[in-house]
Amino acid sequence: MADKKYLVGIFNDEDVVMDAVQKIRSKGIKIHEVFCPYPVHGLDHVLGYERPRMGVPAFLFGITGTSLAFLLTFWTLGIDWPMNIGGKNFFPFPTNIPIVFELTVLLAAFGMAFTFFFMEGLGPSVKPLIFDVRSTDDKFAMAIDLNKNTISDSEISSFLKEVGAEEVNVKEV
Amino acid sequence: MSVVSPIREHLVTGGKTYHDVTEDICRHVEAKPTKEWKVAFAISVLVLLYGGSWVLWTWWEGLGVWGLNKTVGWAWDITNFVWWVGIGHAGTLISAILLLFRQKWRTSINRAAEAMTIFAVLCAASFILMHMGRPWLAYWALPFPNTFGSLWVNFNSPLVWDVFAISTYFSVSCLFWFIGLIPDLATIRDRATGVRKSIYGALSLGWTGGAKTWARYEDVSLILAGLSTPLVLSVHTIVSMDFATSVIPGWHTTIFPPYFVAGAIFSGFAMVQNLMLVTRVVYKLEDYITLEHISLMNKIITVTGSIVGVAYITEFFIAAYSGVEYEKYAFFNRAAGPLWWSYLAMMTCNVLSPQIFWFKSMRENIVVSFVIAVVVNIGMWFERFVIIVTSLHRDYLPSSWTYFTPRMGDIGDYLFSFGFFFTCFLLFSKFLPVINMAEVKSVLKSSSEKNSKQ
Repeated sequence: MADKKYLVGIFNDEDVVMDAVQKIRSKGIKIHEVFCPYPVHGLDHVLGYERPRMGVPAFLFGITGTSLAFLLTFWTLGIDWPMNIGGKNFFPFPTNIPIVFELTVLLAAFGMAFTFFFMEGLGPSVKPLIFDVRSTDDKFAMAIDLNKNTISDSEISSFLKEVGAEEVNVKEV
Repeated sequence: MSVVSPIREHLVTGGKTYHDVTEDICRHVEAKPTKEWKVAFAISVLVLLYGGSWVLWTWWEGLGVWGLNKTVGWAWDITNFVWWVGIGHAGTLISAILLLFRQKWRTSINRAAEAMTIFAVLCAASFILMHMGRPWLAYWALPFPNTFGSLWVNFNSPLVWDVFAISTYFSVSCLFWFIGLIPDLATIRDRATGVRKSIYGALSLGWTGGAKTWARYEDVSLILAGLSTPLVLSVHTIVSMDFATSVIPGWHTTIFPPYFVAGAIFSGFAMVQNLMLVTRVVYKLEDYITLEHISLMNKIITVTGSIVGVAYITEFFIAAYSGVEYEKYAFFNRAAGPLWWSYLAMMTCNVLSPQIFWFKSMRENIVVSFVIAVVVNIGMWFERFVIIVTSLHRDYLPSSWTYFTPRMGDIGDYLFSFGFFFTCFLLFSKFLPVINMAEVKSVLKSSSEKNSKQ
């Protein structure tokens, strides 16, 4: 039994789909998501999404890496087992910069990437809900959740065609 | 509305549509391997096995199978290590630094260049393992709690920095490469059936290409590029510090970090040039990797080659100017000592040969580009050989002056790295899309012939 019913408008040009999103949203129709074969700049903006802030996890993981690396080098060579190397300081700060830098980058990169996978629900065993297989090839698929819209199906369908969709399909999940 | 600059060449020629891009790239992943591929793969695997047997022999017998002697304690192993790490740098340069500079032409070559980075770094790491003599104790280079006594690793040592730098570089490069692959793997998944669908499905992590995902994805890519840029510069800087922080005349110079980084980009671009020139012909990708791309890469090769040339001359000047007798002799000996021929090879291949690209007709000549790229890589190998061996073979004590002659162990281990590199690259080019389809599609509209004619 189908729980959810979507209308899927297929577009074949990034500028047309960008324009269509604006027209559809101004009419008060809620768009579930637009699926594109490549990143279309500005599309997230016209869809009303917040600016992505992946820099936040990157910074937080990065600063964690900095702290851990600093602790590691300071504690091992400065406290746990101080070694006299050429009569130099037990903890000469400049020579630890490379290690601290590398671990900062390592944690920032992996922390951010896995945050991204988690936020987007990406994983090796995920079965994606694909509205139209052509959306990873050459088409732009705009999915509209009919349960969340009060306007009638046929009206949305004809409006999609009006704003440039080359076909409109129904997808039941 | 898009504006097309009249003076700029099209990035993708042949009036390709989005679907054409998918077809042209996926075709090679989906088709059965061609005869050429099989022959190339068989040769690579044979070289890998032959070289691999020398590596095993090196481990079994010890480093005595190399041509090292009491005076020259570092030779081909470290030369090869630095050479391979350097080659790897071009991949990150293309994918990260050119991304930050918004150079859209990188979209056709970044995937293969990043793959090359990963395999080159693995080749480099294999020389570290060989050089250890007892590779099963490689983990001693990591800081781990132990009962050996005072044995934390020495964080003041550039060799330990190297361990951290190269392992971070390798991991982050793999991550960057994989994240770039996800959308393209999803494209292959959506075209595939059966086992292939489930394999590419798992690899593509359930990617759907929603606008929100893409927005975050772009953000992630940009930040990863921002992180990789200082990372890649740090890696070769640290590699150069293996030498620069020592007190050996000829190594003990502050110019090493920028000089090594420029050299790394130089040799890496030459290797990318070689690989792409072959790939574009074999996979019929002339519309994606155009003469414009080749010409742009040749320009970078000329610029970095000239930077390296300036560094060579600066080194000489500073050695003469320093007034340090040993430093002066080290450089005199490089150019006029018994290994003068390697110095000559380095100078000719690296500084003189790329100057031919000042001529547009040469820059856009495929045969010339290929030959010069090979010559540059030979030259860059000699650069490391010159730095390492000529600085060592005549030390402070004239009675221990000697010469270096490689033995089969050196050659066999070097062959192993070639076999490994090309085996990996061929596997990559068969099972993964060699061009980043999603990124090429994103530059198609603003740059294809078809659209600009409309």
